Amino acid sequence: MRIGIDVGGTNTDAVLLSGNTILAETKSATSADVTSGISDALNELRRKHSFEPASIQAVMIGTTHFINAIVEADRLCPTAVVRLGLPVTEALPPLVGWPDNLLRAISARGYLCHGGHEFDGTTISALDYSEINRVAADLGEHGIRSVAISSVFSPVNAEMEAEVAALLREKLPSVHISTSHEIGRIGLLERESATVINAALRELADQVCTGLATTLAHAGIHAPLYLSQNDGTLMDVGYAREYPVATFASGPTNSMRGAAFLSGLEDCAVVDVGGTTSDVGILRSGFPREATAEVSVGGVRTNFRMPDVLSVGIGGGSRVREENATVTVGPDSVGYRLRDEAMVFGGQTMTATDLAVAAGKAAIGDPSLVGHIDSAFVRAGLDAIAEQVATTVDRMRTSSNPVPVALVGGGSILLPDELAGAAKVVRPDHYSVANAVGAAIAQIGGEVDRIFPIAPGQRDEVLDTAKHEAVDKAVAAGADPTSVEIVDVEEVPIAYLPGNATRVRVRAVGNLILDNS
Amino acid sequence: MAFEITPDDLGDLARGAALLGTGGGGDPTIGRTLVSEALRRNGPVTVISPDELSDDSLIIPTALIGAPSVLVERLPRGTEPVSALQALERHLGCKATATMPIECGGINSTIPLFVASQLGIPVVDADGMGRAFPELQMETFAIYGVTGSPLAISDEHGHTAILDTGDDNKSLEGWARVLAIKVGGVSYIAEYSMNGAEARRTAIPGTLSLALRLGRTLREARENHRDPAEALSDALTDTLYGHGESIFTGKIVDVERRTVEGFTRGTATITGFDTDSTCTIDFQNEFLVARVDGNTRVVVPDLITVLHLETGEPITAEALRYGQRVRVFAIATPQMMRTPEALNVIGPSAFGLDEEFVPFEQRTKATVL
Repeated sequence: MRIGIDVGGTNTDAVLLSGNTILAETKSATSADVTSGISDALNELRRKHSFEPASIQAVMIGTTHFINAIVEADRLCPTAVVRLGLPVTEALPPLVGWPDNLLRAISARGYLCHGGHEFDGTTISALDYSEINRVAADLGEHGIRSVAISSVFSPVNAEMEAEVAALLREKLPSVHISTSHEIGRIGLLERESATVINAALRELADQVCTGLATTLAHAGIHAPLYLSQNDGTLMDVGYAREYPVATFASGPTNSMRGAAFLSGLEDCAVVDVGGTTSDVGILRSGFPREATAEVSVGGVRTNFRMPDVLSVGIGGGSRVREENATVTVGPDSVGYRLRDEAMVFGGQTMTATDLAVAAGKAAIGDPSLVGHIDSAFVRAGLDAIAEQVATTVDRMRTSSNPVPVALVGGGSILLPDELAGAAKVVRPDHYSVANAVGAAIAQIGGEVDRIFPIAPGQRDEVLDTAKHEAVDKAVAAGADPTSVEIVDVEEVPIAYLPGNATRVRVRAVGNLILDNS
Repeated sequence: MAFEITPDDLGDLARGAALLGTGGGGDPTIGRTLVSEALRRNGPVTVISPDELSDDSLIIPTALIGAPSVLVERLPRGTEPVSALQALERHLGCKATATMPIECGGINSTIPLFVASQLGIPVVDADGMGRAFPELQMETFAIYGVTGSPLAISDEHGHTAILDTGDDNKSLEGWARVLAIKVGGVSYIAEYSMNGAEARRTAIPGTLSLALRLGRTLREARENHRDPAEALSDALTDTLYGHGESIFTGKIVDVERRTVEGFTRGTATITGFDTDSTCTIDFQNEFLVARVDGNTRVVVPDLITVLHLETGEPITAEALRYGQRVRVFAIATPQMMRTPEALNVIGPSAFGLDEEFVPFEQRTKATVL
């Protein structure tokens, strides 16, 4: 048996699976510390379907906790970025174009230093050790706790990033270091920004990962603990501690893959309604449609491969108001305080959930507390919700034909069974825990990232070798051989090595073989 | 006729310039960030029509030369293009009244804006390529009698060189390329200085505003759920280009790409959805020839663009990735680039391709659309 858990901003959902069968599902409030919410979810699962902790073979956790920290510019540590590249790159210094609130939240400091490589591996300028020492002293003085290091052409030659990392570790042993060649691909600004985001999350990742491991141990579960990555595959918790940025797209990826699994639809729009927002993505042949060109996270341009998702401020906790005789819903939300503030729980704030209960669409809290709301008002509010979501689906649609829409997430009770512009609306079983299901059915990947000499005319052969190796690694890691596909191939010529040396990165992904116990 | 470029225009300009870049010309988003910072400091830049130039005005075009795959890492210091222009001014003994793009596709649509913002001079709404090309002699300026020489080239240290190869523009390209590689694979130049009368005679007019307009067309198509290909075709009908259409859709299954002799060269392979059809695109910085199942469909100087299938966003050659779902969209080149003297310089043979130039709209349609 496996357990899939989704830690969202509002709710922590969990499912217990045996093979393809969902044995139990739960939904509980996300706690500020993340872990006590997970502990509640595990207890609740066991109450619903008794199991021996030792019989759990794996626990998969998907979380939007890290990306939310960036979007909310909260829970981040004081972070600096050191770029090696002077005298070039000065016209576009580190952190250029970053939003002010995020810069303030990480007490950002950017340093431009000498160093970096040309495309052919020769140096742009040598490292200036006194300069690095001055930076180290300044970092210490300003209480910086995490540092991102980037260097021009580090995907071709990572030596300088590694050397500066070692120097800073020596001077500032307690500071976290993230180097850009381990985070991103060619494209200095985007790679550097992704590295800064990773750096700003390192302390939070430490706390959360330690908490997760402890929580499971307390529950008597000693199975491997995985976190979902951007592409829907799994990483072990130790990796997540160092590369929290790799979890960024896992929320929408899990919700869309969960929706595909539950609904059986391969081509559709997926609407995931949570407590605060509704997120709309598009499934094509069962895979989330990727965002193109600029993927901006919290206002920062990055080159992550992420699903294309559009969010609108409609969720179960959205505030309902009457303005100039018009009912409005959202975009602000009571969020995780739903159980204190919503009227069905005895609170004073009218939320979207109150409308759903008043309309008899949901049995949450005490319906008598919303019985007095005028039925025309309720209808107007729910119509406003349906219209906003339909408009968002419409914006994601790229052909003039109506698309089927799959509704998932606890908040989808707010939506009607028909939406303007939708070919049909599907609300699959277990819809409210689709993200946790997506985490539990996560795929497993195999990657090859190595320098190959490529003799003239031998490129296809070399790529085939690399692809086979990646597939073999995915299978060895537990992927079903019939399901493994190559999802990414990247070549970076290493011009300074003889023999047409090329860094080849190939990634293969397949379905995890499901246990039948 | 004259108009101002503000930071709000830069998104559309970068998108349109990426389209006209036909895969090359360098990542315009880098140029966009450069210009956006400069406009924030110095205020808007004025763009004037070639018709507004006096006959004796001095226009010094400015540009970047090098491999786009290098530029994305080796970002400029910021002093290089102005330093090149000023070196040429010193050599000529007079000041530029305006600058102009030599290439409206890719980052070179934005370098003159970056220069103009720093120097407080206007930018001429015209260029010498009507798209992007990989080499300096591939200019309507050169084809119709303006020489690239003398050329000034600058690096980030403020080191400059003046190159003068007389009326041999191909040799000028060779010299400048060697220097650009020598200083790290990307460098900045000022060349093809000309007066107002020459600009009116040799430049392709209105191409900067065209880039803006096509960028806006793609954005609005997405906002209004219009098929981006159809919207582009419509927008092109009343321009010098006249015609554009989709020639292939599919998924990228291979990208072979390397940096050689100062260029990004390679081949992308796209397989059609639910068919056995394959489209290959060869590139030298820009997309040069598109073949479907081995048959040539579009060849230079006609424009080959690759658009993201669903959103219509143009994809540059360095951003092509395995697995992307794309549309190949061809655009007819303006008539002044299809003349026999133009084809000698920018036709298939100039790229070593053993192909005859046939306007793509005259070829039989491939079966896969």
